Amino acid sequence: MANVKRSPWLLHYDGSSCNGCDIEVLACMTPVYDAERLGVENTGDPMQADILLITGGINAQAEPVVKQIYDQMPRPKVVVAVGICACTGGVFKDAYNIKGGADTVVPVDIYVPGCAARPQSIIDGIIQARELFQKRSEEHDAMVKAGLTYEQYKKMKDEEEAKKVAAAKAEEDRREEENNG
Amino acid sequence: MAKKRSVVPFGPQHPVLPEPIHLDLVLEDEKVVEAVPNIGFIHRGLEGLTEKKDFRQMTYVIERTCGICSFGHGLGYVETIENIMNVEVPERAKYLRTIWSELARMHSHLLWLGLISDAFGFESLFYQSWRIRERVLDCLELTTGGRLIFSVLEPGGVLRDINKDQEKEILKQIGLVEEELKEVEKAFLLDYSVQTRLKGVGIITKERAHEIGCCGPVARASGLSYDMRKLGYEAYGNLDFEPIISNDCDSYARCEVRIKEIHQSIDLIRQAFAKMPEGDLSVPVKGFPKGECFTRIEQPRGEAIYYVKANGTKMLDRFRLRTPTFANLEGLCEMLKNCEYADVGILCVTIDPCISCTER
Repeated sequence: MANVKRSPWLLHYDGSSCNGCDIEVLACMTPVYDAERLGVENTGDPMQADILLITGGINAQAEPVVKQIYDQMPRPKVVVAVGICACTGGVFKDAYNIKGGADTVVPVDIYVPGCAARPQSIIDGIIQARELFQKRSEEHDAMVKAGLTYEQYKKMKDEEEAKKVAAAKAEEDRREEENNG
Repeated sequence: MAKKRSVVPFGPQHPVLPEPIHLDLVLEDEKVVEAVPNIGFIHRGLEGLTEKKDFRQMTYVIERTCGICSFGHGLGYVETIENIMNVEVPERAKYLRTIWSELARMHSHLLWLGLISDAFGFESLFYQSWRIRERVLDCLELTTGGRLIFSVLEPGGVLRDINKDQEKEILKQIGLVEEELKEVEKAFLLDYSVQTRLKGVGIITKERAHEIGCCGPVARASGLSYDMRKLGYEAYGNLDFEPIISNDCDSYARCEVRIKEIHQSIDLIRQAFAKMPEGDLSVPVKGFPKGECFTRIEQPRGEAIYYVKANGTKMLDRFRLRTPTFANLEGLCEMLKNCEYADVGILCVTIDPCISCTER
C-alpha cells in the first residue's frame, strides 16, 4: 500500500469539550486553512475513518461512546488529542465529571495543545498523524503478508522490542564495567 | 391497518452535529411522532468548580463554558459580580465590552449560516460563510489575542484597549464583511433549492413560542419582540436599535432574522465606535462579594440568566447559568413533531444548539 498518507479519512468526536476546539477543527477544513489540500477528508462514519480527532477531557457518559468509536475504526488507526482538555483535562481537570485527558480512555498518539487549539497547530497534528498512519499501514501490510493476527503480530513486535531493550541494557552494563574496571 | 411505530436513535455521533446530542425519534413510517432528547454527553461539572477556584479565577473558567459564546458568558458573570459589589464600570470599558460582544455575535451567526448550509448540502455556501467569518475572527484576534476564547474581562472592567489603528482595521474589515455578506445572503434568501428546504418547515407559532419560553432568534422569528439588549446593559442603552422580528415562524424566518442581525451588529459596532469616550479601562475591585444576584444578557443564541450567591469569602457559594439552548430545546421537540424524518438534521441546526453551554 503505497502513499496512503495522501488520502486518510478524518473522524472528529467531541468528548465533552467546550466547543472551541471542535469549531477550530471544522475551520481547518474551510478555505482559509484548507486541510483538505493535504488529502484528508472529513467523514461522519467511524467504520471508514483512519484518523480520529478527539476534543475535550472525556466524561463518564462520553467514555463508552469514545471507546465504541475507537473499536469501530478499522486498523491501522491514529488518534489525535486536540486541545489542552483532551491532552490533560485542562481547566476542567478538577471538575467532578472529567476523566482527565483522552489517553485515560483510548491510546493517544499525537497531542495538540492550545485553548482553543489554533488551526495551524491542528493542521500540524494532522500532518504528523498521516505520517504515522503511513508507517502503521506499512506495518499492517507486513502483518497481513506474514499471515498473523493483530494480537500475534503485536506479541512478536513486543518481544522484538523487549530484546532490543535488553540488548541495549547489556551493552550499557558492559561499558560501565569497562569504565569501572 | 394501524401504522407501525418504531424508535430510531439519532446521535450522539452524527455527521450533521458538531456536538453530541442524542434524540430518540418515535416514527410512524417517515413521520416523526415524538422526539425525546437525552443530554449529558458534555456535562463537565463546571458549576461545581466554584468550590475549587476563587471568584476571579472563575471568570476564566466560565468563559470556557462554550467556545462560541465565550465572551457573552464571561460578560454575564462579571456583570453579576459587579452588581453584587456595586462596582460602576468606566464608560470606555462598557463600550469595549459592547463592541466585543457584537463581534462575537457576528462570528456566531456566520458560523450558524455555515452549519445550516452544510446541513442542507450546499457545501460552497458553507465555505463562503466561514470565509467571511474569518474576517471577524481576525478582528477579535487583533484586539484580544484569541480567536475564540478571549480572557479580556475582569470584575471592574476590561484588560485590553482598542487603539486608533485597530479601530480603523476593524471598521475596514466589517465593511468588507457587509459587502461580502450581501452577495452570500442572496443565496440564502432567494435561492430556489434553499427555500424548498427552509420554507414552511419547523413551524412554532407565536403563542406556542411564548408558552414554551423560546428565546433569542427562535422567539424573534416567531414574532416575539424579545431582546435582552433592550434592557440597556453595558452601552446598549446609548445605542439606537430595534429587535429584528419576523412573523413567518419557520426555518426560513430564523435564517432571515440571523442574517439581519449580522447587519444590525455591524451597525451597532459603528455606532459604538462613534460614541466611545476616552478614559480608564477598569476600576480596582477590593474585597470579596457578599450577597446574591440575577443578571440577564442577550447571547447570540438568546437570553442567558446568571445567578451568583456569594458569602463574603473568596469562594462563591453557588453559581448557576440558564442557557438559551436549554430554553430552545423544548422548541426543537415542538418542531420535530409531525416533521419528515429527512428534515430532522436541519431542524436540529435551526435552533442553533449549543450543547456545551446547556450541559456545562
